[in-house]
Amino acid sequence: MAQFVCPVPLPAKDKILLGHGSGGSLGAELLRRVFLPAFDNAILAKLNDQAILDVQGVRLAFTTDSFVVKPLFFPGGDIGSLAVHGTVNDLAVGGATPLCLSAAFIIEEGLPIETLEKVVASLHRAAADAGIEVVTGDTKVVEKGSGDGLFINTSGIGLVPADLNLSADRAQPGDRLLLSGSIGEHGIAIIAQREGLEFESQVRSDSAPLHGLVAAMLAATPGRDSIRCMRDPTRGGLSSALNEIAAQSQVGMLLEEEKVPVREAVKGACELLGFDPFYVANEGKLVAIVEARAAEQILAAMRAHPLGRQAQVIGTVTAAPAGMVSLRTALGTMRIVDMLSGDQLPRIC
Amino acid sequence: MKYVDEYRDARLARGLVAELARKVTRPWVLMEICGGQTHTLMRYGIDELIPSQIELVHGPGCPVCVTPLEIIDKAIYLAEQPNVTLVSYGDMLRVPGSHTDLLHVKAGGGDVRVAYSPMEALKVAGALPERQIVFLGIGFETTAPANATAVWQARRQGLKNFSMLVSHVLVPPAIRMLLSSGRNRVQGFIAPGHVCTVMGYREYESLSQHFRVPIVVGGFEPVDLLEAISMLVAQLEQGRAEVENQYTRSVTRGGNLPAQKLMEEVFEVCDRKWRGIGLIPQSGLRLRAEYAAYDAEKVFELQDTTVQEPPECISAQVLQGLKKPTECAAFGKACTPERPLGAPMVSAEGACAAYYRYRRHAGAGN
Repeated sequence: MAQFVCPVPLPAKDKILLGHGSGGSLGAELLRRVFLPAFDNAILAKLNDQAILDVQGVRLAFTTDSFVVKPLFFPGGDIGSLAVHGTVNDLAVGGATPLCLSAAFIIEEGLPIETLEKVVASLHRAAADAGIEVVTGDTKVVEKGSGDGLFINTSGIGLVPADLNLSADRAQPGDRLLLSGSIGEHGIAIIAQREGLEFESQVRSDSAPLHGLVAAMLAATPGRDSIRCMRDPTRGGLSSALNEIAAQSQVGMLLEEEKVPVREAVKGACELLGFDPFYVANEGKLVAIVEARAAEQILAAMRAHPLGRQAQVIGTVTAAPAGMVSLRTALGTMRIVDMLSGDQLPRIC
Repeated sequence: MKYVDEYRDARLARGLVAELARKVTRPWVLMEICGGQTHTLMRYGIDELIPSQIELVHGPGCPVCVTPLEIIDKAIYLAEQPNVTLVSYGDMLRVPGSHTDLLHVKAGGGDVRVAYSPMEALKVAGALPERQIVFLGIGFETTAPANATAVWQARRQGLKNFSMLVSHVLVPPAIRMLLSSGRNRVQGFIAPGHVCTVMGYREYESLSQHFRVPIVVGGFEPVDLLEAISMLVAQLEQGRAEVENQYTRSVTRGGNLPAQKLMEEVFEVCDRKWRGIGLIPQSGLRLRAEYAAYDAEKVFELQDTTVQEPPECISAQVLQGLKKPTECAAFGKACTPERPLGAPMVSAEGACAAYYRYRRHAGAGN
């Protein structure tokens, strides 16, 4: 019988990999290794989806996001509408009412102007629907081959009520986890479009602005403290968002698999590709950690809103193990819902 | 959803577990040889559900894990050539070679692309006639028909810039090797459902008879695996040793004949090295001589190398079911999905990755 031996360990990673951008633990490591040490301040250290600044007695929320989606157009949206929704949602989950946006365009030489016009029209419509305007912007053009047609960065400012504090370090044991609707639609819509995969039922991106839903939830809360924090689970999916909160708050979480809504079409696509819906991006959903006694009320308010009809209580915050998200499967057994390290790779056979 | 939801039904699962508890009278050791099945077992905690007398060990069923280091190194070498576009399944990109991996080659400027099927590589070859397109054709019998189709099509289209780096492995010789080993503890096998969808299960009958071992072809959902385990235990308790089929909605005894015919046309059986295990005679597939123009080994005149892998990760023992991932000193410490030491931690279908993702707190008093 031949010798049994093992492979050589890899040298230390010294290059940026695609996985560093997928919202998983590689990206988190990059934050810790490069960005946080450089931009060393208390606001950034909170690692929320937005920064809350106290400016002469007024609380402003400030956030930025870049959009590099490929393809530019997909069922349910395009890079323009996405650029608005993504930034509005980062403001919204901080409890902010969005005020205005900036929009910076990095355009690849050769992009048809007609394409740019379509994207800009869509961006404008999305902003108008969200009740805001693009008040400042920038345009750069890069040589052919240096970009994927079009990249957009949007930054947003919003107003936060004086007594509202939604931060990822506020979750407490006993709190309930509320999810506003079914997961995995945006990511699957993108990959289906990109790879030319056709499913019997088309999956559309759920891209949507959530500040109205958030406002309804805040209005329904008995006390300002009842909603601890909120996140919109974009890249890295529901799992990454929950793991981040669990880490920031140093709590555990227990999810109920049966309670997490996943559409049939998304389930089917995930089965085919070997993806786990928990890791697939969403662009029109939020997860909220709320005080247990307020959960029913807030859930009712969510379900009364068009973007929250399928809202569910999907789990509970536990004291331990700190930083770990666990799941009770449909069979009643337990497993971990881990942070992805990099990109989710489709399975082979 | 058809074919899936019914097989995840909790009530059915609990019923099967109860039935198992009634049937089992002594310890049995069972093995599955399919990364997808390993993951279902871990994901749904099947090993925690079933009676403790039944021990599940995981076999070398992950196609990524068993791909020889030499093939990874060859793929990396090709990807580093300026005129070559290497197309591969996603998981292979993260597997450690001797010095680096395909993902790092890609980050360094190599043209490495992820595909869901080898037909996409054919399309790339058609679209980029000035480049040499190489598809990394690994896997068990499951992926062989698609790879055979791609090569067959390439020849039909007269493509001059397409080739495949082939490293297929076959399941029955691996079972034979495991059963012939003096250290074998496995008393029953779950045969891989998708391999058998292609190949049927005739080949397992001689194995079952010769070694007096029950083999049940199983599917991939929790209820499938519980049924397969139940059928194996029934045989063991009754002293039978036969081949049975649990995955009847997908598998027939003869398998998919057109697929087998195409494989036969393009491939021939050869000796194959399995990473971590070593050479298993007649356990692989390679392209026939008539298809030399599409064999990357011949097209690029790749030398046969032997790579020494120093001992630290115990993938070999994990792949043969001799150790569990949690028994490895490096598990979760020096070896994690972000910094894998061995292939079973890299692949979505690897045993170590499954344990790490779903079970790593088990050691800490769960």
